[in-house]
Amino acid sequence: MKQFLAFVTKEFYHILRDRRTLFFMFGLPVVQILLFGFALSNEIKNASIAILDQSKDESTQALITRLDASRYFTIIKTLHHNNEIESVFRRGEVKLVVVFPANFRQELLHTNATQVQLVADATDTNTATTIANYAASIIRQYQDELLNEQKLPYTIRVENSMLYNPQLKSAYNFVPGVMAMILMLLSALMTSVAIVREKEMGTMEVLLVSPMQPLMVVFTKAIPYLVLSFVNVIIILILSVTLLEMPINGSLTLLLLECLLFIFTSLALGLLISSATHSQQVAMFISLVGLMLPTIIFSGFMFPIENMPKILQIISNAVPARWFYEIVKSIMIKGLGIDAIWRETLILLGMTVFFMGVATARFKVRLEG
Amino acid sequence: MNAVEVNNIVKSYNRGKPQALRGLSFQVQPGELFGLIGPDGAGKTSLFRILTTLLLPDSGAATVLGYDTVKDYKIIRRLVGYMPGRFSLYQDLTVAENINFFATVFNTTVAENYHLIKDIYQQIEPFKHRKAGALSGGMKQKLALSCALIHKPQVLFLDEPTTGVDAVSRKEFWEMLKKLKNQGITILVSTPYMDEASLCDRVALVQHGTILDINTPQGIIQNFGKPLWSVRSNDIYRLLNDLRAHDATYSCYAFGETHHITLKEDDFPIDIIYQYLQSKRHESIEIQQIKPNIEDCFMALME
Repeated sequence: MKQFLAFVTKEFYHILRDRRTLFFMFGLPVVQILLFGFALSNEIKNASIAILDQSKDESTQALITRLDASRYFTIIKTLHHNNEIESVFRRGEVKLVVVFPANFRQELLHTNATQVQLVADATDTNTATTIANYAASIIRQYQDELLNEQKLPYTIRVENSMLYNPQLKSAYNFVPGVMAMILMLLSALMTSVAIVREKEMGTMEVLLVSPMQPLMVVFTKAIPYLVLSFVNVIIILILSVTLLEMPINGSLTLLLLECLLFIFTSLALGLLISSATHSQQVAMFISLVGLMLPTIIFSGFMFPIENMPKILQIISNAVPARWFYEIVKSIMIKGLGIDAIWRETLILLGMTVFFMGVATARFKVRLEG
Repeated sequence: MNAVEVNNIVKSYNRGKPQALRGLSFQVQPGELFGLIGPDGAGKTSLFRILTTLLLPDSGAATVLGYDTVKDYKIIRRLVGYMPGRFSLYQDLTVAENINFFATVFNTTVAENYHLIKDIYQQIEPFKHRKAGALSGGMKQKLALSCALIHKPQVLFLDEPTTGVDAVSRKEFWEMLKKLKNQGITILVSTPYMDEASLCDRVALVQHGTILDINTPQGIIQNFGKPLWSVRSNDIYRLLNDLRAHDATYSCYAFGETHHITLKEDDFPIDIIYQYLQSKRHESIEIQQIKPNIEDCFMALME
């Protein structure tokens, strides 16, 4: 027990005295959450638009006011001629131009049909589609209100209801993803690098020629990272709840337990990597390419798994982060309990046991096999 | 019982590559200060790693304190102290933290075995709170030795402890080893420095994974068997070629500012060599018979 404590204390010294590592460990989660929360959002807010109103009647005024009043758009320019449209896009001043034809209200009232043209800058396809949809729905709302004044038979009204995330906040998506990424990075990368460093420095040789159980040498190195990763989970959750107004609808205890399970999975992967490598660079490379990349690509927080080719969907099953992402979303956002995520939990548990088993079996009590 | 016994150890790292150890055998008596002398790549580190149970030999067997290095590795690891060649301690821990850590790893405390390391540790104690990485090379070695000694090992393996250490620190280091030997600890030490051989009780000269000779340093020198001459002149480079060109020369190699030569016949008159060099227009020629040292023996054995 004394040996165990000495090892853990020593490991904490290593971490606490290495300012860069320390900054990396606690700065990274904060920066990631802030970045994704405020800078890298794919929500549209206050997109700059221009209006070309050739009718200037009661209806167009009403529509323009509504567009400007919505939080999605800010009208920064009023155009007077068709040929101005091209040049405002060229200068990149606006994302969308709304064009009302002449006699807009008259045609609407008398012929029952008129047109609005929405011209969007499609160099960024996602944004273009999204803001065009927003504008269209504002116009549709106006139309619906006009219809209410008349009696018209047969109307189909489409009512959208966004479950679990009514405001379509992107934070709901990336917080679980960032959590998976950071835990993977800290637990797997840091642990493997820390163990391999002992091999590189030659201290591993001395520790092997000692009464210490060789496996204990390795496991004690993982303990501090377990603690630090867990502290990070709590920091991420606090930031998400306070800054990003993310709810924790399900049980907090269950959420923390599942995070702990995923930390164990990552640590097991870190131990596995360290058993296969002899230099810090290789360990870092394998962790980044072999673990981080799949975590980002296959967990589903950046790219929906359902849209991937079948073969990639199958591969994604082998990525632990995918299951963790699923679990965190279910607990935090949907507020579900263990009865809804026992399958994912079991898969993660199985993976952890498997990785830990292979790492232990591969562990050498000597310098080479 | 021998403290260390090595029987015909063979070790190769890659199939087809030259073997690192080609059938080594030797014994070390309890309480002996035994030196493995040889250049880089002779196989010293491989041998130490086999004896400290870190590597498995391809064939042959070795025992430390009567325990087999393969079967009883756990027992051996409790009884020996090991200081690897590139052992650099934990650079970001202080001197005190390093030594306390290793004491705990070996289930003991610094206070318990302080008498063992006292002489060595006292020299670095003033720098107790300094990080190990900020120590000088000599002090690092003293700290490393303290760490290897803290659990009172019965056999101490020191792999090139004086490589890269200044002359004064080297001398101090060997004095410490002598004191440890007087406390009854068996010490195996490897070094590429031939001049350190005379400080050991017995030495094994190692080259290309084989042992050239095992003896006391005096014994090795006595076995040299031939008169050895030291020759110098004003043109040292031409001198080497001229000496090698002479029919009577058996061996000739540069040794500092002189050349050491042996002759094919022990009773060959050295005056003839002197006259030969004069005829070659060498000036200020000096020839004198000298006592061979370990390096001369090593060169002779390598032939």
